[in-house]
This record gives sequence, C-alpha cells and structure tokens, in this order.
Amino acid sequence: MKLFVNNKEIEVPASAMEKRIVEFLREDLDLTGAKNACDIGACGACTILVNDEPSRICIKLVKDFGGQRILTIEGMAAPDGTLHPLQQAFLDCGAIQCGYCTPGMVLTGHAFLLKNSHPTRDQIRQAIFKNLCRCTGYQQIIDAIEKAAPHYQREERGLQAASAPEKQTATKNSKATTLAKGEAG
Amino acid sequence: MSLPETKCWRNDAYAKVTGKAKFTDDLKFANVLHAAPVYSDFVHARIVSIDTSAAEKVSGVVRVLTAKDVQGVNRFGQIIRDYRIFADDKIRYHGDVVAVVVAETREIAIHAAQLVRVNATPLPAVLDPEEALKPDAVLVHENHGSNLINTHVVRRGNVDNAFKQADFVIEQDFSTQFIEHAYMETEAAVCVPRLTDGVIEIYGSMQHPFSTRRFVATCLGVALADVEIIGTPMGGGFGGKDDTAAIICARTALAAKLLGRPVKMVYRRDWSMRESYKRHPYRVQYKMGVTKAGCITAVQCRIVADGGAYCSVTPWVTWRSTVQCCGPYVVENVHCDTFGVYTNNVVTGAMRGFGSPQINFVIEQIVEMAAQKVGISGIEFRRRNMVRQGSITITGQKLDGHKVAMEQVLDTVLREIDYEKKLEKCAHGKGDADELYGIGVAMSYRGVSLGAEGTDFCAAIINAQADGSILLETGMHENGQGVESAMCLICAEELGVDVNRIRYRRSSTSNIPDSGTTVASRGTIMGGGATALTARELKKKIAESFCEKLHCTAGEVRFKDNFICGKLDADRIAFADAMRQMWAMQKFPFALGTFKAPRTTWDEHSGQGDAYFTWVYCCAARQSSSR
Ligand code: FES
Ligand code: FES
Repeated sequence: MKLFVNNKEIEVPASAMEKRIVEFLREDLDLTGAKNACDIGACGACTILVNDEPSRICIKLVKDFGGQRILTIEGMAAPDGTLHPLQQAFLDCGAIQCGYCTPGMVLTGHAFLLKNSHPTRDQIRQAIFKNLCRCTGYQQIIDAIEKAAPHYQREERGLQAASAPEKQTATKNSKATTLAKGEAG
Repeated sequence: MSLPETKCWRNDAYAKVTGKAKFTDDLKFANVLHAAPVYSDFVHARIVSIDTSAAEKVSGVVRVLTAKDVQGVNRFGQIIRDYRIFADDKIRYHGDVVAVVVAETREIAIHAAQLVRVNATPLPAVLDPEEALKPDAVLVHENHGSNLINTHVVRRGNVDNAFKQADFVIEQDFSTQFIEHAYMETEAAVCVPRLTDGVIEIYGSMQHPFSTRRFVATCLGVALADVEIIGTPMGGGFGGKDDTAAIICARTALAAKLLGRPVKMVYRRDWSMRESYKRHPYRVQYKMGVTKAGCITAVQCRIVADGGAYCSVTPWVTWRSTVQCCGPYVVENVHCDTFGVYTNNVVTGAMRGFGSPQINFVIEQIVEMAAQKVGISGIEFRRRNMVRQGSITITGQKLDGHKVAMEQVLDTVLREIDYEKKLEKCAHGKGDADELYGIGVAMSYRGVSLGAEGTDFCAAIINAQADGSILLETGMHENGQGVESAMCLICAEELGVDVNRIRYRRSSTSNIPDSGTTVASRGTIMGGGATALTARELKKKIAESFCEKLHCTAGEVRFKDNFICGKLDADRIAFADAMRQMWAMQKFPFALGTFKAPRTTWDEHSGQGDAYFTWVYCCAARQSSSR
C-alpha cells in the first residue's frame, strides 16, 4: 500500500497496516507535529489533512489511508523553510502559546480557508469549534485565520484566471497544485 | 475588526508553527523502555499485598516497580511529606499509583498493568471536608492525628460591634467545584541514565524543574547534582504540572536508574484526569455588614477547602484566599477562618489563580447582593468600597509603592464595553423576551508572586560572546506562556541590542541556581527583574572597559542601537566590536544577577502583614445572549 505524505510517496510495510496512523506518522516517519493529546478524537491536536479534509488520526488505522494524499504540519511551509501565509499569520497575531494545539489549528484553518476564503469571524469560530486550545482563548487564532484569508482569495483569483475554460474541475485540481507548492518533501 | 499590527515576537513560534518543536513524547532515544502506571479499584483501603507476578510473566515486560524498589525515600512533598511516590501503606484516593510496569513497548506496559493485583482491606472513605473535620472522622493520614491540613486567619477590628452598627447584614453560603487543568499535553517524562557519570537526565512536561529535581533525588536517594532536568517545550500547565508531574518523573527516573536504560512514560488522558491534582473546591460561609450609605462595615467568613488525599500546596493556596478574602474592597472589621482539609477525594493543588478564583466568585456575588439591599448599582457599590492609592488592606498593608489602578481598570472596562447602555438591554429574568440578554462585571485584585508564602528570588545569567551574540538564561521555566521570549525582549531593551542576537539557552537545573517555581504571576516580574539587573551589571563591566575610549565616565556610557556610546553619538563602538575587544582584554562579558522580591511580612496568629510586595488589579465584563 502507498501513502502520499507531504507530496512524497511512502510505501507502507505490511506490518504497519494495523497501526494507528498517528503512531505510524509520529514513530515510523518521525512526523511528530501531529500530537496525540486525547486518544479519542475529541480535541483536534492530531489533525492532518486527507485530500484537503481535516482528519483526526488518533482513532484511525494506517490501512484506512491507502492511496490518499496526506498533508501534515511539516508540509505546510515551503521547502526553503518560508512559512505559509497562514502560518505567518499565526506568528503575527500571537496565536501561539504552548503550541501543542497549533499544528491541528493551522491545518484545520487551512482546510477551511481552501473552501471559504471570504469567511466571517463567526464562520471561523465554527470551523475551529472542535479544536481545543487551553492557552490562547481562541481570539488570536481566529484573528490569524482571518488575517490569512486574503492570501486564499488571491490564490483563487489567480487560479480562476489561469484556468477559466475548464472551471469546475480545474479549480479543484489546481488547489491541489497550490498545496503541493507549499509542501516540503 | 482591526487585526493586530504588532509582531508578537516569540523565540519558539517558528518551531511550533511548523511542527518542529519537540515536546517530551516527540523525543526519541535508542533502546528506550516504556512505562505505565497501575491504579487500584479502591478509594480508601489498607494495602495487604501487591501481586505483580502475572504482569511480570508477560513477554516484553522488563520489570514491575512498587514502593519496595524505591532506593531513597518513598515519601515527599513541598510542604508536608505525605505524598507516596508509590502507595505503600494505604490507598488514599482512586488516583493513587501502586506500581509501574516497565516494558519494551507502551502497549505491552499498558496491557500488563491491568494484570497487577492489589489485595487491600477497604476502609470507610471520607469524601466531605466538613465531615472530615468532625472529631470522630475517618482519618486519611493516621499519623497526622486529624484531617486538618492547615488553618489561616485574618483578625482585624471588631466584627461584633461592626455588625451591630450595620444597617443590613447579608449572609450566604457558597460552594465551588473541582476543576481539571486539561493542559493539551498530558504529563510525560523521559529519563536517561548518563553513562559517563551516572547522572539521570530528565526531559519532561513540568513547570517546576527544581521541585521535580528534589522529588527525583529524594526518591532515588541521590544528590541534587546527580539529577539534571533539561528544559523541554511543554504543552500547557496552568499550575497543574507541579507535584503530579514531579512524581511521574520520579517513578520514571527510578526505572531508568534501576534498569540502566532510557525510560519514557507518557500519560494517557484518562490517567492524567484520574491522578493529577485539581483546583480546590471551596465551601464558604460569608457574612457581610453594610450601611445604608453602601459602605461595608464588616466581613465574617469561614472557608473550607477540600485538599484531597495529600497536602500538596493546600496551605499556600488557602493562604492566598485568606489574604484576599474581601476582594479589592476596604473593610475595617474582618474575621476570617480558613481550613485546608484532607479527604479521600482527588488531590487538589495549584491551578490558575491559586485560591483567587474561588474567593473572587464569592465576593463578587455578595457585592451584588449587598448593592441590591442598599438599593444602588453594583458598580456604585464597588466604587464606594474599592481600594485606592494609599488604602489599607484587610491585613493592614498600605497599598503604596505601586499604582493602585482599581478604579482606572473598572472605568476602562465600563467604557470599552459601553456598560451602562447595555445594562438597559438586560432581560433581568423576563423569560418572554425574544432575546435574553445579560451583561455583568466583576473585579479583583491579586498579590503578585509568592508573597509571604515563600522565599522569593530568581537568578539570570547573561553571557555575551566574542562576536556580539548573547546567551541568556533565567531560573524561570517556559510553560508555553512565552517567558523565554519576554526575557529576551527585556535583555535586548536593557542592552540596546536587537533581540535577534539573543539566544535563550536550553534551560537546565544544572546550569542556573534554583529560582523556584514558575507560578503565581512571578515569571515576568522575577525573571524579568533578574534579567534587567544582570544586564545592568554586565553594562557596568562593559562601560568600565570602554569609557576612556569613549571620552566619558563609566556612568555616562549609553547602550543603544547595537552600539556602545559616549556622551556624543559620534563616540561609539559597535557592540560586537566591543565584545571582541573585551576578549582581547582578558575580560568576560558575563554576569550572574539575582533579583530578590522586596520584603513581605506575615503574622500567622492575627493574619496581619504586608502580604505581597505588589498587586495587580483586574476587571472583566461579560455579555451573553440567547436567541
Ligand atoms: S488526539 Fe486526536 S482528537 Fe485528540
Ligand atoms: S497554544 Fe497551548 S493549547 Fe493552544
């Protein structure tokens, strides 16, 4: 079985199939950005994106992810280390304290903005509603997602201009390309 | 909505936002073993035997540790040494750990932990602190003689007379609940025996490395210098990663020492909830006398705090509540009795506010009730009674030497939220309104740092390098709150250099003197005070070395914009050049400084004294609506 993690093809050994994917990523691939904070799918600290959709991987097995495109927090910044605008917004807005919730928050925010690049604060609040943060009080995280929204608007406009003829499918695929650009190998 | 423009600089933000920051469970060590705790099904019971044989037979289990394996002392505590690293004589609450299973994998350890059998004789449990205070109560710690952990009092003026003079007397009982900190990262420790010299290195999630070191050294029976706690990013503490975190480190360190291999113990959320201490539930009987003019004449209160099975920091938590038992109001006649009590409930200890929230809740309720009786607004009532510059607190402390900002804080909040106008919209219980709207305001004051509850001082080390880069370390611990960043910014400002040239050293209990715990709003004031003092000491050294070249006296040397300047801006040396030259002069641009908290005083019998060296003032408004 194959996984596509941060734009890299990973061959999964048969022995790992029954493992929880959070352990496979953290232990076998050393991608420790996803945290296992509750074990029961309740807090969002283990969130990764699977085909651009947030997924809580503390309760899922490796075998459920065959052939899927996975983005972890380690894949958000550019290969040269430049932060993704959403990550930069987290820094600028003081949205990070202990940082334990941060990977899950950034990825949840990213998936949300890919779908809705003109969000209201209420919609942002709804989007991160199930991700727990015990330090910040959430306001700064909402600020950060709001601050990054114009970047997603620009990306969308750019994409629409570039792929006007085959709008429907192109938008979706191009989003994936945009994502890939920001991914470290 | 305007978005924040300022850059909130943090030294660890990049690592955290990219997932690169390595928290305890993210650390990997070769040959590591994994440990899991064993609980029993009892709440209160006398232990007869602990049967570990079935667990030991599981393939992959390396060892099962119990109290018998402790090489040092099994009992410890910051105030009363009543904690058991492993339960030995009794189970005192359902979070007591009787054994730890060490195995090749975490799964095996967890599985085998379920096979440990505890044979014990159940005892009646005492779960109500008022019951626990009765003379014939079941005792949680027989040796202690009673369930009373501690008492505190405040005796001021004459309450009996004052109640007689009051126009109204309001009496009300209050109770508050246990609260779990629920830090996002559970307790975790990795302990690594250093092969060269036998020192046990500890990477763990804790907010008091120096206390942890004492717990570990005591349990292992080794010297403090034989345990090194190395700073590791921590996923929140909120007061909750003191004792329990230290005990978990002690158990893990014992396993590492006995087995000669690194051992990791990462708590599952349910273990964390079960074992870790909580916020104290309070029962408060409060009586307040007020005049028609809306002045508080007297307060009598009785506070009973449920300390749970072990003392932890109950005496300190309840002391803060006692000192602050009338809130930010001037009351001339006060009679307060506070009791910390053992029960068989979960242990209680430090948590955000440390005894403040419970009592603040009580006061702000009673103040509203009193205002209603008098027939004035809650805000007006607060104004008539609040502390101002030069006021005397209920413990006889004159509030000067700092700005008493209570009224300013209140006014700011009322203005910002447009309180008066919004108050008109309140439904006031009119259930038939379309929208139920409510707004409320509460205020408090709080003593900063440990106050008379402890010895309060902190160290900082600044070590400038020959290229002008700077290493900084203080005795404060990064809990996620950003204390390292705050220290870097303070250091940069004092030395007149860019913050980017400062690196906060990875902290270690072997590098810096024991500066106490990072709690009680003391991180910035104590660590920052130490950083500023140390920077000034360093500047003195530098100034003395270069004043001649800069055509001025040492006192006239200025530090700004990465330069060291004389009286004229033209007389200047780049900071980096100066550091290189100091090297050539055989002088180290190095300083160790100590910040000592100003003196505080306390008399246990009268409950009078200058309790805290400074105070912070707080006001919050909250609105909510249902549609
Ligand atoms: S760790 Fe997966 S949701 Fe909490
Ligand atoms: S920053 Fe600590 S939990 Fe969110």
